[in-house]
Amino acid sequence: MADEWKPQILGIICNWCSYAGADLAGSARTQYPPDIRIVRIMCTGRVDPLFILKAFSDGADGVLVSGCHFGDCHYLEGNYKGAKRMFMVKSLIRNIGLEDKRLRMTFVSASEGAKWAKVVEDVVKTVTDLGPSPLKELAR
Amino acid sequence: MAEKKTKKETAPKKKEATKAAAPAVKAAAPKAPATGKKEARVGVFICHCGTNIAGSIDINEVEAYAKTLPDVAFAANYQYVCSTPGQKIIADAIKDHNLTGTVVAACSPRLHEPTFRTATKEGGLNPFRFEMANIREQGSWVHMHDREGATEKAKDAIRIAVAKAALLEDLIPKSVPVEKAAIVVGAGVAGMQAALDLANAGIKTYLIEKTPSIGGRMSQLDKTFPTLDCSQCILTPKMVDVGRAENIELMTYTEVESVEGYIGNFDVTLRKKARGVLSMAEAEAMGISGGGCNGCGDCEPVCPVIKPNPFEMNMKPRKAIYIYHPQVVPLLYTVDFDSCIKCNLCVDVCGDKKAIDLEMKDELIKVKVGTAILALGYDMFPIEKKDEWGYMKYENVVNSLEFERLICASGPTGGHMVRPSDGQTPKKVAFLLCAGSRDNTGIGKPYCSRFCCMYSLKHAHQIYEKIPGVQSYLFYMDIRSFGKMYEEFYYRIQDEGAKFIRGRVANILEDPVTKNLIINAEDTLLNRPVRLEVDMVVLAAAVQPSSDTDRTRKLFGVSCSLDGWLLEAHPKLNPCGTTTAGVYVAGVCQGPKDIPDTVASAEGAASAASIPIHMGEVELEPYFAQCIEEKCAGCGMCVNLCPYQALALVEKEGRKVMEVTEAKCKGCGTCGGFCPGGAIWMQHFATPQIVAQIDAFLLGGVK
Repeated sequence: MADEWKPQILGIICNWCSYAGADLAGSARTQYPPDIRIVRIMCTGRVDPLFILKAFSDGADGVLVSGCHFGDCHYLEGNYKGAKRMFMVKSLIRNIGLEDKRLRMTFVSASEGAKWAKVVEDVVKTVTDLGPSPLKELAR
Repeated sequence: MAEKKTKKETAPKKKEATKAAAPAVKAAAPKAPATGKKEARVGVFICHCGTNIAGSIDINEVEAYAKTLPDVAFAANYQYVCSTPGQKIIADAIKDHNLTGTVVAACSPRLHEPTFRTATKEGGLNPFRFEMANIREQGSWVHMHDREGATEKAKDAIRIAVAKAALLEDLIPKSVPVEKAAIVVGAGVAGMQAALDLANAGIKTYLIEKTPSIGGRMSQLDKTFPTLDCSQCILTPKMVDVGRAENIELMTYTEVESVEGYIGNFDVTLRKKARGVLSMAEAEAMGISGGGCNGCGDCEPVCPVIKPNPFEMNMKPRKAIYIYHPQVVPLLYTVDFDSCIKCNLCVDVCGDKKAIDLEMKDELIKVKVGTAILALGYDMFPIEKKDEWGYMKYENVVNSLEFERLICASGPTGGHMVRPSDGQTPKKVAFLLCAGSRDNTGIGKPYCSRFCCMYSLKHAHQIYEKIPGVQSYLFYMDIRSFGKMYEEFYYRIQDEGAKFIRGRVANILEDPVTKNLIINAEDTLLNRPVRLEVDMVVLAAAVQPSSDTDRTRKLFGVSCSLDGWLLEAHPKLNPCGTTTAGVYVAGVCQGPKDIPDTVASAEGAASAASIPIHMGEVELEPYFAQCIEEKCAGCGMCVNLCPYQALALVEKEGRKVMEVTEAKCKGCGTCGGFCPGGAIWMQHFATPQIVAQIDAFLLGGVK
């Protein structure tokens, strides 16, 4: 199993910037590792800390939240509020003994297809290096 | 996981498609919803998209897998699901298999969600019972050489989508009336054309310009390629039309201060900068009969303050009370309060007209419009950053816009082509193309500025016209003469004797005595170095977004590309629209364009912006927040989080609960992401739906 282990990473990304950026990576045929699954939301402000905790308790090895750059939010400031919550969630998962590097927030605009590919590559590498989430067994 | 939500009176009819036991392994411990629950029956339609998807994903395997998923009642694959027969498969399956929701696994929802919502509706379902699995842009296209990985990802994407589709509910889009007015920001040729088109279509149009006059960059140009029309001659009739059009309310020296609202109902606050001068209409309104500025110009000579005129690229002086050039529209003087010393000489000479008010203050004006067009234009790239070419260091190195003024009859030299250092007529002139464009050094711009090749050819032609015996040299990388009659124009300039040297200029040095310039370059066709002494150098500098593009686009919620140009909704399918409904882009602010393309894009934007206005009402996506009142503790945290003031606490049955004003809610979900009691139901992105997606990904599996 160790040889074949592939990380399970959840990407929660906003419709206007990061999702569009990911689409752009697609139309530009920019290749990146497939080890991420996407849930689309309208704005990173929508990200309830519950979503992230739920993902980890379900055994996710990593979670990526990605939105618009600051000042670029389609809803003015949802990404600030989302980002602020990420700090809180990071400290929560640290407190339960999970590496906070498993949660990442990035800012990818609709024109940054190449950056999206780079972000996913980077997240997959970080999480692969950390290995399977210790919560995985509990989830099963 | 699916909670029963309380419905507001306005909420759509109750049709709970909640589904508890989606994942086989373990659900997230919620109890099954109460009653009235209908069994979810989801249809999955997998698109080959020719080989776009099928080339990297095993469609049959994915389809077979989809059939094993909980709640899936039907699965099929088709070559092109977006085609008419493809859509019919969806509609038929909904009826034949009594489906409660649909999932199409194909391209991005940003592309075809509307198509498949319509197909779902055709089948008799509410269109919001559709969910898309993106297996192309975020599947086959990004894992082209990993068939196994892409196939697994597609299966998961479908499982995630099915989990959501099983929980989707009927939603009714909200129709809102559209204000029968539009705003156009920027009054260069793009903004003017767009405003004229809108006005001619019977729409009240506010045309906003930050400088004192309309006309933009085009009014600074001498001739236009390839027809050699005089730029002012073809522009001024349009400027006059704009000034006269009944439906256009022209507001120069005005900037956008803030924008609120949404398509159909934008509330725009404008800052009318203190101009220090009253128009005749304003004077009339203030009871100064026969007063106001009539453009006589008596004030200008008496003004003791001398400043450079930016319209003349700072090569000609102006006073603290000024007009940019003789053809300004509106013909109205402006006081530059940054340099005015308030000596009142102008006020005295203006006399009974009482047009000048040196105590004038900025004014905020509110307008309500249905749609908006951004035509924000461009600035020249500060080419002094490429210091090897000596701009701002050597007097006889000018940029192309300065050249336009130097050769223009209304310019600082009256159209006599002279070089700046000594006023002598140059006999050898070099043009450097791609100055700062197509530059990957990190100093210049990586893109092609698109019109410099053509105007440099035109410049070469103009000096042949004006200076007998002159020799021009064009240092170029490629000549991009792509437009109608452009290539023919290129041949013509070659025939006129211009010398074309293919190669980038390494550096330019100045002879300190003669002020001549020595160019060091490489002729890459002859493969040898070139050293050339010329009298004058013209840099065809790159263009970049105008200085306040970034500020203005953020006010309207429009995205930009990496270079700062405004981002269209889709470069081919929706080139004038943006991701903000009701906001459109025109002209160079979207990316470099020559005048014909600029005017064409302006007409496109005007047409697009007039559609919602003529329709009279638009549908808003019903992604509103709803309050689940029995869960709401009335803490009011959400009220402050909402950027649109859409939420408020109200008294109901003796306690405080939150209430949503749907017309103000844009559906970002920031309140829903925060509510500590889980009392906010975000329609179409409800917590149980998203949690079901997460569970489906991590815990879900076969029936």
